[in-house]
Amino acid sequence: MSNLLRGSGRWESGLAAVLVILVIVASSVSPQFLTGNNLFNVGLSYGEIAIMTLPMTLIIISGEIDLSVASILGLASALLGVLWSKGWPMPAIFVVVAITGLAAGAVNGLLVTRLRLPSLAVTIGTLALYRGIATILLGPKTVANFPTAYTNLGVNGVPFTGNDLTYSALIFAVLAIIFGVTLHATPFGRSLYAMGASAEAAQFAGIRVKRNKTILFMTSGLVCSLAGVLWTFRLDTAVQNNGLGLELDVVAIVLLAGVSIFGGKGSIIGVVLAVLVFAGIQNALLLTNFNQEATGIVTGALLLASVFLPNAGRWVRRLSRT
Amino acid sequence: MAIRRATWLALAFPVAATVALAACSSSSSSSPSNAATGSSSSAAASGGLKTGLKVYVIPKQNGQAYFTTADSADSGGAIAALNALGETGTETSGNAATPAAQIPAIQAAISKGANALIVSATDPTALCPTLKSAMSRGITVVTYDSDAPTCRSLFINQAESDKIGTSEVDILAKELNGTGQIAIVSAAASATNQNAWIVGMKQELKKYPKMSLASVVYGNDDATVSTQVTQGLLQQYPNLKGIISPTTVGIAAAAAVLDTPKYRGKVLLTGLGTPNSMKKFVSDGTVKEFELWNPADLGYLAGYAAVELASGKINGTQGQTFTAGKLGSFTVGADNTVVLGPPFVFNSSNISKFDF
Repeated sequence: MSNLLRGSGRWESGLAAVLVILVIVASSVSPQFLTGNNLFNVGLSYGEIAIMTLPMTLIIISGEIDLSVASILGLASALLGVLWSKGWPMPAIFVVVAITGLAAGAVNGLLVTRLRLPSLAVTIGTLALYRGIATILLGPKTVANFPTAYTNLGVNGVPFTGNDLTYSALIFAVLAIIFGVTLHATPFGRSLYAMGASAEAAQFAGIRVKRNKTILFMTSGLVCSLAGVLWTFRLDTAVQNNGLGLELDVVAIVLLAGVSIFGGKGSIIGVVLAVLVFAGIQNALLLTNFNQEATGIVTGALLLASVFLPNAGRWVRRLSRT
Repeated sequence: MAIRRATWLALAFPVAATVALAACSSSSSSSPSNAATGSSSSAAASGGLKTGLKVYVIPKQNGQAYFTTADSADSGGAIAALNALGETGTETSGNAATPAAQIPAIQAAISKGANALIVSATDPTALCPTLKSAMSRGITVVTYDSDAPTCRSLFINQAESDKIGTSEVDILAKELNGTGQIAIVSAAASATNQNAWIVGMKQELKKYPKMSLASVVYGNDDATVSTQVTQGLLQQYPNLKGIISPTTVGIAAAAAVLDTPKYRGKVLLTGLGTPNSMKKFVSDGTVKEFELWNPADLGYLAGYAAVELASGKINGTQGQTFTAGKLGSFTVGADNTVVLGPPFVFNSSNISKFDF
């Protein structure tokens, strides 16, 4: 166990080193990189994605995956738009959206744990299903003109931060602490590592694997519906394709963070660092007139490296032993 | 341990290298003579227009031939106009035609000290918080190709919306002798321009009582999706006689589906297409006529309009006039809109003259 922690600690210090290099290079190349205004913009553009990486981290550590996150975001956005256009009061809409998110997560969780279906297949299915419901709810319609008090979330910063910190970034920070403490300092969190290492062994050890996994999927649903609300207010627009394809960014960041796709390994610190590296690189490329068709190559290469390098170390060791 | 350190250096290196490389690359940026000296813009002698303005051209997404033609200096698009006026024009956007991908590019342009933005909006409302914050900093915002009506000073419209819709229905009606069931293959369900044209088509269809609209389907400007929805239409409506696809990606995909002996000449197709993507289908008879404007002219006009606005020569009020270089004089119309001109009809007699 201590060995495992030390192993993941190295990954995080490596990510921190990459982040430092990125900040030094990017700020020397572009004087705008470290300005408060640019950091505000980065917070706006990546806030919702960052928030969705937190429950995804816990799910992947427990040995599952949730690919329906972006569709739950889209569903929450569509529902928010439809109910607002029908004149519902905002607080009531928030309750309905939150319950819908929880229910969407519960469907994922129950299908995975009770019917013992693989989460990859289940959530690919609900990825299409939840997006489909969003499409039916809104059709080709766009709902805009939400009250300014709410859309200001996407324009104004949190008071007393010099207008540099977005609400979504603040929410991410608070949630990261909550998820971090839960994962690293509670029996529930430790049970996730055990489940990820071996669900059967965890079951025999008395861990309520099915219940815990269902809780994780429901948490993911709730958090993604919150991301959907933030997204809708930031863009002042509810449309059925909001957040289309974001699940890949979310999974990519979690893997970049050193979370093992096979479960049992990873940390919230790593995910926070990976979010910063991911957003920082894309922002730096935009600020420097980099050939933008190539940003996909940069992000892809970085991800491959993050999957390849930990294993490369093992291969090299094995080679040197023989 | 040594191995570990080496691995991390290996990961860190490409990051540093790409960002450093980015500094040297100015692939899509183009500046005339020594205009890159910053935002110190000055009033030039010619017509009182400012020079040295930083103008960012932000199409819906990177790497689409249509926008490359509209924007680039080589094709005579927006950046060609900006260069002619002594400004610095740079094209930038996201890698997907969505507001979420386009907004970071707009924000970066603002951060880099843009004097004017020329934007093709991926969504009529979702860009507004960002564009309004640009305008509040005194940055000129012009939309072209696709509008965001509440958050710009001027919209450069490729052709009057109702003319595009009505003329395409008229083309199909002429080919079908005013009889038969038709369908529309559009782009994204939320695309402003598409929906405006579809409204025009529905109006015009009322003139042809024997024609009916079976369905409107959305290909999302994605070749694969457009192909699938076209195939779906043919399955679902075996009596379909014609398809209108007012999007360059959609019409090319639909033409490829129809380009078989089973459908060629039996299901007719028109819409908005680029000559290069449609030449094959016009020559083999799958498509008789289709329309478009010259995207390079659209960008060129947007470039001139942005500089006129940023120089304070016009403010986008209806009735104001300005000259856009080789294109001549234009007047601002209703809703702070400038119209490029009537759509141009391509057919077998003229298509070989165009290359874009």
